[in-house]
Amino acid sequence: MSTIDYSEKIPNNVNLGEDRALKRALEQWQPGYLQWWQEMGPVETTDAQVYLRTAVSVDPQGWAQFGHVKMSDYRWGIFLNPAQEGRKIHFGDHLGEDVWQDVPGEHRANLRRIIVTQGDTEPASVEQQRHLGQTAPSQYDLRNLFQVNVEEGRHLWAMVYLLHKHFGRDGREEGEALLQRRSGETDNPRILQAFNEPTPDWLSFFMFTYFTDRDGKFQLCALAESSFEPLARTTKFMLTEEAHHMFVGESGVARVIQRTCQLMNELKTDDPARLRAAGVIDLPTLQRYLNFHFSVTIDLFGADQSSNAAIFYSSGLKGRYEEGRRVDDHLLKGQTYKVLAVDGTQLVEREVPMLNALNEVLRDDYIRDSVAGVERWNRVIAKAGLPHRLTVPHKAFHRNIGTLAGVKVSPDGLVLTATEWQARADEWLPSAADRAFVASLMGRVVEPGHFAHWIAPPAIGINRQPVDFEYVRFA
Amino acid sequence: MSGLATPVAGGMIRQHLIDPEICIRCNTCEATCPVDAITHDDRNYVVDASKCNLCMACVPPCPTGSIDNWREMPLPRAYSVQEQLGWDVLPEPLPAEELGEAVTPTTATTALTAASWSATLPPWSAAHAYTNLYGPGAKGTARQSPVRAAVAGNVRVTEVGHDYDTHHIVLDFGALPFPVLEGQSIGIVPPGVDAHGRPHHPRQYSVASPRDGERAGYNNLSLTVKRVLEDHQGQPVRGVASNHLCDLQVGDAVQVIGPFGASFLMPNHPKSHLVMICTGTGSAPMRAMTERRRRLRRAGGFESGRLLLFFGARTAQELPYFGPLQSLPGDFIDIHLAFSRTPGQPRVYVQDLMRQHAAKLAPLLADPDASFYVCGLRAMEDGVISALRDVAQQAGLDWPTVAGTLQREGRLHLETY
Repeated sequence: MSTIDYSEKIPNNVNLGEDRALKRALEQWQPGYLQWWQEMGPVETTDAQVYLRTAVSVDPQGWAQFGHVKMSDYRWGIFLNPAQEGRKIHFGDHLGEDVWQDVPGEHRANLRRIIVTQGDTEPASVEQQRHLGQTAPSQYDLRNLFQVNVEEGRHLWAMVYLLHKHFGRDGREEGEALLQRRSGETDNPRILQAFNEPTPDWLSFFMFTYFTDRDGKFQLCALAESSFEPLARTTKFMLTEEAHHMFVGESGVARVIQRTCQLMNELKTDDPARLRAAGVIDLPTLQRYLNFHFSVTIDLFGADQSSNAAIFYSSGLKGRYEEGRRVDDHLLKGQTYKVLAVDGTQLVEREVPMLNALNEVLRDDYIRDSVAGVERWNRVIAKAGLPHRLTVPHKAFHRNIGTLAGVKVSPDGLVLTATEWQARADEWLPSAADRAFVASLMGRVVEPGHFAHWIAPPAIGINRQPVDFEYVRFA
Repeated sequence: MSGLATPVAGGMIRQHLIDPEICIRCNTCEATCPVDAITHDDRNYVVDASKCNLCMACVPPCPTGSIDNWREMPLPRAYSVQEQLGWDVLPEPLPAEELGEAVTPTTATTALTAASWSATLPPWSAAHAYTNLYGPGAKGTARQSPVRAAVAGNVRVTEVGHDYDTHHIVLDFGALPFPVLEGQSIGIVPPGVDAHGRPHHPRQYSVASPRDGERAGYNNLSLTVKRVLEDHQGQPVRGVASNHLCDLQVGDAVQVIGPFGASFLMPNHPKSHLVMICTGTGSAPMRAMTERRRRLRRAGGFESGRLLLFFGARTAQELPYFGPLQSLPGDFIDIHLAFSRTPGQPRVYVQDLMRQHAAKLAPLLADPDASFYVCGLRAMEDGVISALRDVAQQAGLDWPTVAGTLQREGRLHLETY
C-alpha cells in the first residue's frame, strides 16, 4: 500500500482505481487545479527543469526521490501514511474506542470546517509567493522555493481528497471553492488573514516559512492525533514535507544573519545606515521582520478562549501537540490553564478551563518551538563574536485575535496608549522604508554557485549535491 | 544504561551523529526511526549509538542534510546521548593516531576497550525476553503510552540514619501482561512536567526480582532504587524519578514502560555458573538472578551450577540487601564483599577481591558453562575488565582470545550507568 502508482492519471497509494466514483470526481477536479496552478502558481516556470523531490512511496526509501522535473509536468497525487492496525482514540470523550474510518454524522460539519481551513492555507501560500522566483538570490534558493510551492500544492490535493472521499457533494463544492478564493483579493479572500498578506521579498519569505509554516506544522501535528483516521494518516505524511519548508525559513534567515554579521565584523560597525549602504540587512530590521511575522502567526491559533477548541478536543477531532506523549488523563475536564488578559494598564494572567483554552495551549507550544529556533539564530551571531541578540516579542504584542486584539503592547510586554504605540510602532514593526530597503536588495541571481550579496551560501547543498550544483535548468 | 547493540568491528563503531548547527529540530528523523534510536530535548536531536542499527531510514527524509554525519569511534568513547544533547557543534573526527590505537585491543589500554567486550547476545540457554511491550518503542499506537502499576511494597534496604537511602520497591501489574526476565529493566515515567513543561523522560531501572515475581506466582516485580541527592560530581541535585519512587506509598500508581534488554540475561541450563560483579544498586539484576537460582534449588531444579558474587559498596551500612545476603548458605553462593570507605580500613574494591580470588575465577573464564555479569557505576568497568584480564594472563590464557570467546558466546555482559 505504501507504493505510489504513477501509471494512474492521479498518482496515489490509496487504491483510487477501485473507487470509481471518487476517481471520477477527482479527475474532474484535476483540470481545475492545473488551471489554478497555471494562473496562480509560480510565474515563468513552465519550461524550467527543477531539481525536485517526488515521492514514489511513503516509506523512508521512496518518499524523497530527487531529479530534474519540468514544473508543468510535476505529478501531484494522494499519499497517505500506512494505517496502524488497531489504532484507538487516545483523547477526549471517545478515549479507548476504535478510530473512525468514516466521518461520524455528528462531527461532519466541524471536520469539514477543519479540513477546509487547513486546505485553504496551502494554495494561499503558493499565491502569496508566486512572484518570488523573479528575485531569487540563487539557483539553490529558487529550487527551494519551487519545492515548497509544489508541496503546498500537494497538500491541497491531500485535503481535497478527504473532502471528496468523505463529504460527498458538500466536499466537492468545498474543493471547487478552494480553487476560487485568492490570497489578498477583497471579494473572495483566503480564510485566514495571515494568508492574505503579501510575501513581497525573500526576507518575508524566509520569515514566513519559519514562522507561518511552523504554525502549519503545529496544526498538522494536532490533526495527526485525530480520531478520524484518514485525516491523521494524511497529515502525518504532510508533516514530512512540511519539515522542508521550515528548513528553508530557518536556514534562510540564518544565512541572512551570517552575511550581516560578516559585514559587521569587516566594517567594525553595527550602524544600520552603514550596513545598509554596504548592501546587507541590519539586525534591527531583521528584528522588526521577526516581530511582525511572529505576531501575525500566533494570531493563527485563534481566540485564547474558544468553545470550538473544547468541542474539537472532547469530540476527538483535534488533539494537542504530541498528545500521545503527554501523561495526563487526555480528557482535561476540570483542569485550568493560564491565559493573558488586560486589567487597566497591566497584563494579568487568568485561570480558565483548560478545554476552552486549547488554542492557547497550542499557541504556547508553538511559541516554545519558535523561541528555540531564534536561539539557534543567536548562535550564528555569537559565533561571529558579536554581542547582539534577536528576541521573540511578548505574546501580547501586535495581536488582532482574542482578548488581546487591539490592545497596544510593546515587544517587552508593557501596555501602551494608542499615542505611545503610534510614536514607536516603526521601532518595532517593519516600516514602509524598511520594506523599501529590503525590496531594493532583491535581484535575481541564477548562475550556479553564485549568491546575492545580502545572503551567505548554505553550509551544504540539497540531497548531498554541491552548493554550486545546477539546481534549476532553464529552458 | 549501555545496551551496546551497535555492530562492532575490532572495538570500533561508525557512530551516527546529527549536526546541531544545521538541524532545525523538525522531528522527522525521530518519527521515521524504526528502532527509536533518535531522541531529543529542547536543545538537540541526537542518535543513541546503542540503539542505532545504521538502517539509514532517517537519512532521505531529513530536510537539512544534518542527519548525514558519521564518526569512526572506539566503542567505549562513543558519544553518549547526554554528551550529544549538550553540543552546539559537531566534534572534529578523532585523529588517525587515536583511532589506530583503538583498533588493536591487544596493545590498547583497557580504558579504551572496557565496554567493548560486552556481548550483544544472551548466553545460549537464556529464555526469550519480551522487550518494548509498552512505551514509544512499542508496536501499535495503543501501547505507546506508559501503563500503570500499583505499589505493593516500599521498604528501605540500607541502614537508617545515614544520608544514603536505598529502597526495595514492589510494583504490581494486576492482570496486565508485563513479563520480565532477570537482567531486564523497565522505565519509570515520573509524574508531572520538567522545567520546560514537558513530560519527564523515563528513567531505567533493572528488575531486582526473578521472572515468576517478587512474590512467586504473582504479577509483580521489584526495583532497587537509590534516592539521588547529588550528581556524579557531588553537586546537590534531587533525582526526579528516584525521589518519586522512594516516596511512594503502598497503593500509589506508577507509570511504567518497557521491558527493555535482550542480552543481559541469565543462562538457564542446570549446570551453568554465574559470576556476578556489582556495586550499589547494580546489585538489582544480581539479586534477581540469585533469587531465581535460590527458588530453583529449593525446587530441586538445578544440578551443579555455582554462583560467585563480588559486591562493592562504600560501607556495609550502604550495601543494599546486606542482611538478607548474609543468610544465604555458603554452598549455594560464594559471596565477596568489598567496602571502599570503612573507617580505619584500607579501601577495598571489587577488582581487588577478584584478583585475590583469581584461582576461582580463572577456570570459569575458560568454562563455556560460566557467564559473567557486571553492573554498577560506569567507573567500575575499566577496573573489572583489567582484573579479568590479569586473572586470565596469570593463568596463561590469552585475554583477547578469552574475551572474544566470552563476547561471541554471550557470556560477558556489562551494564553500567
